[in-house]
Amino acid sequence: MIEVKNISKRFGKILALDNIDLIFKEGECIALIGPNGCGKTTLIKSILGMVIPNEGEIIFKGKDIKSDYEYRRQLGYMPQIGRYPENMTIGQLISMLKNIRQSETELDEELLHQFELTSQLDKKMSTLSGGTTQKVSATVAFLFNPAVLILDEPTAGLDPLASEILKAKIVKEKEKGKLILITSHLLSELDDMITQLIFMQEGKVIFHKDMDVLKAESGEETIAKVITKILKARAI
Amino acid sequence: MNRIIKFIILDILKNKIVLLYTLLLAGFAWSAFSLEDNSTKGILTLLNIILLTVPLVSILFSTIYIYNSAEFIELLLSQPIKRRTIWISLFSGLALSLMLGFLIGAGIPILIFAPLGVGIMMITIGCIISVVFVAIAFLSAILTRDKAKGIGISIMLWLYFALLFDGLVLFLTFQFSDYPIEKAMIFISALSPIDISRILILLHLDVSAMMGYTGAIFKDYFGNTLGLIISFMILILWIVAPFFISLYKFKHKDL
Repeated sequence: MIEVKNISKRFGKILALDNIDLIFKEGECIALIGPNGCGKTTLIKSILGMVIPNEGEIIFKGKDIKSDYEYRRQLGYMPQIGRYPENMTIGQLISMLKNIRQSETELDEELLHQFELTSQLDKKMSTLSGGTTQKVSATVAFLFNPAVLILDEPTAGLDPLASEILKAKIVKEKEKGKLILITSHLLSELDDMITQLIFMQEGKVIFHKDMDVLKAESGEETIAKVITKILKARAI
Repeated sequence: MNRIIKFIILDILKNKIVLLYTLLLAGFAWSAFSLEDNSTKGILTLLNIILLTVPLVSILFSTIYIYNSAEFIELLLSQPIKRRTIWISLFSGLALSLMLGFLIGAGIPILIFAPLGVGIMMITIGCIISVVFVAIAFLSAILTRDKAKGIGISIMLWLYFALLFDGLVLFLTFQFSDYPIEKAMIFISALSPIDISRILILLHLDVSAMMGYTGAIFKDYFGNTLGLIISFMILILWIVAPFFISLYKFKHKDL
């Protein structure tokens, strides 16, 4: 569905992405993990077209995203730190997005209700707490029923209850056959969701494997243990 | 595109700064015309006020607004909208609302008090100057990510065009007064949109004696339709060039 072909991105002297080559298929739930500053967010933003790679191309359903912008209709993006126009209310934000998208698909307002945002629609974005802003980000990402969901640290800042709601939602969407890309540092949270794992370090992809294969290779059951084992093996 | 422009204009109007600007211009215009006994004097007074305040407000307000829209731009970028559309909508929204402020604030008294020909000229120039400085604001805002730096660049550019440029022209004139620099002066005037605007209005007022060296030469060369067309083309170039450079940079920017 999405093919990332040999992309590189430089920010000044820093090489944020170093010749990344990946293929994401439908129905997968892929975790993107790695230490801080390894290029996860840059990779995600490249797929979204917010960061323009120096080299390489990204193909979305057979089309190069450079010459296309309509593909973003099929993307739902939840940023790491949601930044929204401050003097807008939640309600205005959502109605503006609906207005801009002019989407014909049915809207998915499940999260709006589950997060109990319906009672806060007239609150301004600048007055919201970090967690509530995250809830809004999640709601917006899922709102238009996109075929691909890109979630950058989705559960960071959410309370345990909200984080459970979001996880349940992610699993539900995965079962509908959507492609889901998640970055997270909370490895334990990913356990029951993901099917593939991508590990990045210093702008390079160290490995991209199916979860089942990884578990079989390492003989461990949880992601955290799998990763620890691999890292130890690499260090030796 | 229209939906985004509409949204931006509504957002700017809610801001009240443009309203304040409109009231300020209206205050200047009504008092300039009421205090002077003939409309030419009124126009000259107003011209100087307009050529100082309109560029300043346009460039500062636009620069600050662009920086404050960073979140809005980011949000739109993850939606199925072209970068080009986002940038042009932002530009159109700002240009239209500042033009509206000028039309209501200064346009109405000008139409009431000034002779029609000069009045329309002045309103046109005011609108163009607003857009020129919005375009320059877009350029200075895209040059740096730092808001303080961007606003600094804007203020420096305004200072240069509104005050320093005239000083430089005067300095050059004195230094090279022994040489035939008339033609060069015409070229130099094109380097400041405010200067061209002043010359255009003064040419229409037929008070060339008051307009100093640059204008007197301009009268000789451009006191006709061709001159008018060329001057307007230069002004339009002052809109198109900065804006398209900023558009190109925005298309290749990482957000």
